[in-house]
Amino acid sequence: MKDTNVIQVENLTKKFGDFTAVNAITFEVKKGEIFGFLGANGAGKTTAMKMLIGISKPTSGNAKVADFDVFTNSEDIKKNIGYMSQKFALYDDLTVKENITFFGGIYGLSRKKIEEKRCLLVEELGLHNIVNELVGSLPLGWKQKISFSVALLHEPKIVFLDEPTGGVDPITRRQFWEMIYKASNNGTTVFVTTHYMDEAEYCDRVSIMVEGKIEALDTPKKLKEQFKVNSMNDVFLKLARNIE
Amino acid sequence: MKRFIGFIKKEFYHIFRDKRSLFILFGMPIAQVMLFGFAITNEINNVDIAFFDKSKDATTQEIINKISASKYFTNKQMISNDAEIESVFKKGNIKAVLVFDRDFSEKLTKENKTSVQIITDATDPNTANTINNYLSSILQNYQQVINKQMKVPFQINPETRLVYNPELKSVFTFVPGVMTVILMLVSAMMTSISITREKELGTMEILLVSPIKPFQVILGKVFPYIFLSVINAVVIVLLSIFIFKMPVEGSLFLLGFESVLFIINALSLGILISTVSSTQQTAMMISLMGLMLPVILLSGFIFPIASMPLPLQIISNIIPAKWFIIIIKAIMLKGVGLTFIWKETLILVAMTLFFIAISIKKYKIRLE
Amino acid sequence: MSISVKNISKSFKTVNAVKDVSFEVKEGELFGLIGPDGAGKTTIFRILTTLLFADKGTATVAGFDVIEDYKEIRNNVGYMPGRFSLYQDLTVEENLTFFATIFGTTIEENYDLIKDIYVQIEPFKKRRAGQLSGGMKQKLALSCALIHKPKVLFLDEPTTGVDPVSRKEFWEMLKRLQQKGITILVSTPYMDEAALCDRIALIQDGKILQIDDPQEIVKHFPTTIYDIKADNIYKLLLALKEYKHSYSVYPFGEFVHYTDKRDAIDTKELTLFLKDKGLNNIIIQPTETTIEDTFMELAK
Repeated sequence: MKDTNVIQVENLTKKFGDFTAVNAITFEVKKGEIFGFLGANGAGKTTAMKMLIGISKPTSGNAKVADFDVFTNSEDIKKNIGYMSQKFALYDDLTVKENITFFGGIYGLSRKKIEEKRCLLVEELGLHNIVNELVGSLPLGWKQKISFSVALLHEPKIVFLDEPTGGVDPITRRQFWEMIYKASNNGTTVFVTTHYMDEAEYCDRVSIMVEGKIEALDTPKKLKEQFKVNSMNDVFLKLARNIE
Repeated sequence: MKRFIGFIKKEFYHIFRDKRSLFILFGMPIAQVMLFGFAITNEINNVDIAFFDKSKDATTQEIINKISASKYFTNKQMISNDAEIESVFKKGNIKAVLVFDRDFSEKLTKENKTSVQIITDATDPNTANTINNYLSSILQNYQQVINKQMKVPFQINPETRLVYNPELKSVFTFVPGVMTVILMLVSAMMTSISITREKELGTMEILLVSPIKPFQVILGKVFPYIFLSVINAVVIVLLSIFIFKMPVEGSLFLLGFESVLFIINALSLGILISTVSSTQQTAMMISLMGLMLPVILLSGFIFPIASMPLPLQIISNIIPAKWFIIIIKAIMLKGVGLTFIWKETLILVAMTLFFIAISIKKYKIRLE
Repeated sequence: MSISVKNISKSFKTVNAVKDVSFEVKEGELFGLIGPDGAGKTTIFRILTTLLFADKGTATVAGFDVIEDYKEIRNNVGYMPGRFSLYQDLTVEENLTFFATIFGTTIEENYDLIKDIYVQIEPFKKRRAGQLSGGMKQKLALSCALIHKPKVLFLDEPTTGVDPVSRKEFWEMLKRLQQKGITILVSTPYMDEAALCDRIALIQDGKILQIDDPQEIVKHFPTTIYDIKADNIYKLLLALKEYKHSYSVYPFGEFVHYTDKRDAIDTKELTLFLKDKGLNNIIIQPTETTIEDTFMELAK
């Protein structure tokens, strides 16, 4: 089951004028995999991610996400993926329930299906007391957990998470990763960026971007062996330092 | 002092690097003056008119010729029955119909008294009114000419003379208004936005936690805009003198002084707005709704204050723009000196001091 | 004492942001406030930088009271707020010059202090601040906060959202500044940065959980932590949670951190239990307690 590729990227490039933000990156992500997409600030992670989720047109190269081409079928891609970013997740001035209904509606779920999903979500996350509260009044950790669940509402094949745990407390951060494990176990592919290097260890495979290029890609274990260090943090530092 | 100069320098960087605000600063005054000067006007020109002449004689023909010959009206049509009056109005081009009764001339010669009917399309009441006035005055003129020929005794002939704006050029009344609106907008909106921008960006936090004093921040924000607003005022006055041939009867120095006073007034309002709003968006909304609308509607710029209902007349007194419009009209059109407008000037000074006092009181040295 | 905070409380409308917080920072110390977003770190910073009044309690900075002597404090501290708060439309050099002038000094006068940091961004001094990368912005902000040679430096989450390389460099810079005698109060949500401070306060939900130096703080942890690993981390997590003696189970890097309700664990029994659950390649070994473990235990 894990052998089918759900993301296939070949020489994907994005240029802004003279500046090459993403420089011919090539990789693939298998079904159900947790794929860590790391890189320094300005290394081109966000730009690459935007191309994969169909909101930015690549300058050249090929990429298929959930079997759809990023050049020609970006609308189909959007239907088959979930996306959650740190900056925008849920509407602060709507209640948890209203947010769920709204996002369910956007992805064309039926009223019945939304209702069903909501009950399940309330049960799993223990939202009984807060389902009618405004999202703005909830702690960050709750918001992030709920928005991850919302990104999974329409049962996407792949879910893209852009720094989902930034600033979240350590316990919630781990609860969040348990949710990621669970999604992956259910066959959803998880594509995640993070600045926490311990989180890189949770991933099945990790890619590290430096100045628009993917400089390393493997399982955390093999990367550590390759660079002869004990932690992903050191792998990262070694890579970035070497380039400078 | 060095701090202060450093601050002002920074403000100018902000202004000159923001294309949008530069456009508002310098593009808008010119656009507004042109707009009000050329497009929006109370004057009428070449209005299409129709005549229903039941009398059909030399007198009526003479009147018709006289009207058609004027630059205000164009004779478009002769009507031959009552029903047609309605239909020409419905078509929309004809704005007025002049109806001469069957016995028009007869009555005029026998009874020395006759009447015509002026029918105007009042869907646009201002235009209808103006058309009415113009037509009446042409008829009166004609009457005076015949009266002289007939030597009828005991006639009172009111001789009207329009002073200060004899040609009734609307641009002359608009320029002071436009200048007021622009100075208010540029000064109040731009300062309030530039202060709230610092709050939004978080730089205000750093400025607060620094030895720079609150009044230095405020003055530093205000100073560049005094400078720019004065440039604006000069541009507007030059435009009106050279493009619209508007006379400036009074002293330019006095005009400059009063403008600076009004600019400071508007700036202090801008600071006041910035103390109550925390985002640029709110500052802009308050400036537009709270300042622009009253300035345009209640200052006497467009609607004469004397014809407003009493409550609005009272409210208009608290609008600085009203006093400024009175002042600059007096200076530009009447050419009067300070002795005639000291009362209005004093009101503006008092308002300015009042606004500055509350702004200083309300300006926060902390985040709460 | 360079900073002294006594029983400070502060609430906004419905939130009690800071609850009876007390701590002291010695002169020349690098003190860390460690906690997640919403823990009350920013509110404490704002109270100390005289931007907010506390509802209760007193505080002094560099010997000055935060309410009475706010003007002296504003002359003597450097402050770097949480988000990037410089003028994006001004160049690097213009920003620095501006902050130098409003503090009544010049770049040349205190160049020594910022030299280390500023040389890294000097090649870009004609570039607008808005166009700098995250790491460079942060260096510029630090230079601006230092330009007047403050006695106390307040850095509110300077490394949030910054990549590990820039973070590491940033902490190296802080260490060097500390050697120049500047007291530094820094806040961060990254637990791994805590180890770099002289002393730290762990904070969550407006309350201080513990204050100590990083080496001592982990000694408060009541029991031994075990690294456990198996071929499927998710199944391992679920299995450990089911285990009747389990006290806490958290994913931690490549391992799962496990603590037991008993004083010592029975490795054999646990291995058998996990094998029963279908797990293979099981490793169980005692490990060192980290600050993050301590934090989670205290916050539980």
